[in-house]
Amino acid sequence: MKILLNNREEEFGAGTLTVSEMLKQKKFSFRMRIIKINGVLIQKDMYDETYIREGDNVLMLYLMSGG
Amino acid sequence: MRFSEIRDHLAQFRVGIAGAGGLGSNCAVALARSGVGTLVLSDFDVVEPANLNRQYFFSGQVGMLKTVALKENIARINPDIIVIAHTEKLDSKNIPEIYAGCEVVVEAFDRDDMKEMLIGTVLEKMPGIPVIVGSGLAGWGHSEAIKFRKIDDTLYVCGDESTVAGDDMPAMAPRVGMVANMQANTVVELLMKKSRDYFRL
Repeated sequence: MKILLNNREEEFGAGTLTVSEMLKQKKFSFRMRIIKINGVLIQKDMYDETYIREGDNVLMLYLMSGG
Repeated sequence: MRFSEIRDHLAQFRVGIAGAGGLGSNCAVALARSGVGTLVLSDFDVVEPANLNRQYFFSGQVGMLKTVALKENIARINPDIIVIAHTEKLDSKNIPEIYAGCEVVVEAFDRDDMKEMLIGTVLEKMPGIPVIVGSGLAGWGHSEAIKFRKIDDTLYVCGDESTVAGDDMPAMAPRVGMVANMQANTVVELLMKKSRDYFRL
């Protein structure tokens, strides 16, 4: 399936995958982040249960310490 | 547009700033100089000597609550600005109350877990209120890496989105100031788009 990840087209082998699976496949390892799918904020404890589907618009932001 | 008109327009608005350290103190000062009418600050820390490498405080203010010191500094710059200072630790319960009535909230924390908590809380519990995030500002140089990104109408990011501040990669005045001022610039941009008769609608 194809999705938009931070406004870039990305292709995944599976037909759907959970947020946790996507993070693992992309080797996104930072702990603190914000994820929105089609404009909806995904809570951290929902990453295992939330599915990303064909055509979804996934936006991700890493939060780096320092201020 | 003349500055006097810009200032009079910005005077109508209330902006929340979460954290009064490197990002928050510098962002607040830029907004006060621009004429934003009301600033709602929150921070529970006191000024320490180590903060003076980047935060908008003076050596004589060491030991003071950051919110109290910043209120004093803003009053010296522009006594017309109303500063509302909170010293309780922010959490998902008090954030919507403390920042109620703010048009925009600036995320100005140091710790990544607090950044995540604030952003999640505002997006979830204060629908439609934009959050301006600072993420990635440690070290020096690499001016070209610091950027602005609009994620959507309620989420904007300023910073390099990659450096992590720590003992060997400290946050320092030049890059913190760049990010803090980019956050302030974003706030001004959003407020300038709001209609002049905002409160009469």
